[in-house]
Amino acid sequence: MRQTLEEIKFSKEELERYSRHLIIPEFNIEGQKRLKHARVLVVGTGGLGAPLLLYLTAAGVGTIGIVDFDIVDYSNLQRQVLFTTADVGRPKVEAARERLSALNPFVQFEVFNTRLDSTNALDIISQFDIVADGTDNFPTRYLVNDACVLAGKVNVFASIFRFEGQASVFNYLYADGSRGPNYRDLFPTPPPPGLVPSCAEGGVIGVLPGILGSLQANEVIKVVSGVGEPLAGRFFQFDAAEFKTRIFKISKDPENPLTGENPTQTELIDYEFFCGIDLTHTTMHNAESNGQLSVTALNDWIKSGKDFQLIDVREPYEFEIANIGGTLIPKGEILKHLEKIDPHKDVAFLCRSGKRSQDVIDLLQMEYGLKNLYNIAGGILAWADEIDPGMAKY
Amino acid sequence: MITIFIPTPLRRFAAEQAKVNVNAKNVAEAIRSLTSIHPSLTPYIYDEAELIRKHVRIYLGEDDIREKDGINTLLKEGDELSIIPAIAGGSF
Repeated sequence: MRQTLEEIKFSKEELERYSRHLIIPEFNIEGQKRLKHARVLVVGTGGLGAPLLLYLTAAGVGTIGIVDFDIVDYSNLQRQVLFTTADVGRPKVEAARERLSALNPFVQFEVFNTRLDSTNALDIISQFDIVADGTDNFPTRYLVNDACVLAGKVNVFASIFRFEGQASVFNYLYADGSRGPNYRDLFPTPPPPGLVPSCAEGGVIGVLPGILGSLQANEVIKVVSGVGEPLAGRFFQFDAAEFKTRIFKISKDPENPLTGENPTQTELIDYEFFCGIDLTHTTMHNAESNGQLSVTALNDWIKSGKDFQLIDVREPYEFEIANIGGTLIPKGEILKHLEKIDPHKDVAFLCRSGKRSQDVIDLLQMEYGLKNLYNIAGGILAWADEIDPGMAKY
Repeated sequence: MITIFIPTPLRRFAAEQAKVNVNAKNVAEAIRSLTSIHPSLTPYIYDEAELIRKHVRIYLGEDDIREKDGINTLLKEGDELSIIPAIAGGSF
């Protein structure tokens, strides 16, 4: 049974631990009680999730839910300060729970070692009071937003890309019972696939999620404690390159399918489809079938001395980290170098994970009718996993 | 003179400029001037129907132009426009 706010008590140890909160006149023991009473769900334990979880745990949020399906990887450690080198290979939620429990034994953790999707999101989100979205892709951003609107939860949002940071508090509950704008009021639909790369492809300055995730933790604490003016109906933009910050107003969109004048959406949808992501491209692993070439098949091509062309569509700095030879033509420059593509040979395209190379093939097939093009499924990451374990993954 | 702030994700399509100055009477003209100076920006701002993409917001000062007259919003000397595209990173 969940305690009521009035039933919340603190031990001597807790009072000492939280004393720097308790002596803030506006916060005091009432704010601390609200924190201890709260159930906060953090979606994603990556760059944003790390500072979020560390600060919410240290601050004394009573119950913290953690959702992630991922395993700790070496390339995470540049920014995911929740994890140590010894955690590499462990499920993120387990490593997170261990670290956070050691930080504050008075916090309860409820972990979900799963990918948040349309089948489980409402069930998981409904168990919490407030959600902090630290995910890394458009389908999950829209999923978290829609589930929060449908379940009536505040969604504390932050997002990053290279030097850019954004934050807001969506679906905020005002004292009069009305709700603030949500993500779909700001961005009704996601960018078409390929127009905006993910951080995995585009990179991110490691400290940037630390900054944005800390701002997010501050907004969670404000919303829970009722102290201050939350970033609702407003949108924060941080340009880390120029050190410029701006705040914009967010208005409600009358055409919002969830909360507009004529709502058309009353349940969760297929967000991969909504974001235009065709999973058939990334799930083909056996093959030469359907234009997909497995790394094993590619290795056979090389070993058999087959006469084919290998084109690497990554950026030069990625090529330097790890490569298997071939002609380097970055994706953005492919149309400038069409003459380098041999129309009389089978051509295999390589990138980091198999996505950019597929985009290039789709373009060349659609626009130029080129044939005999093969996408190396899983990219150089699959090559490192399956063929050459000594190769650096990034 | 109107100043258009270019967000960091789009700077590589605008010769790495953080802002671009243009002369324009309204928002549509200002964005058109910008994409004529930096044509590589075009597909990141306009869709195939030449409408501003739905994952891109344009702000005049701190206000969304949607709350004014959209791309027909009139501009005056010294106005500042910001282009804000959706970004999704955070976890990976």
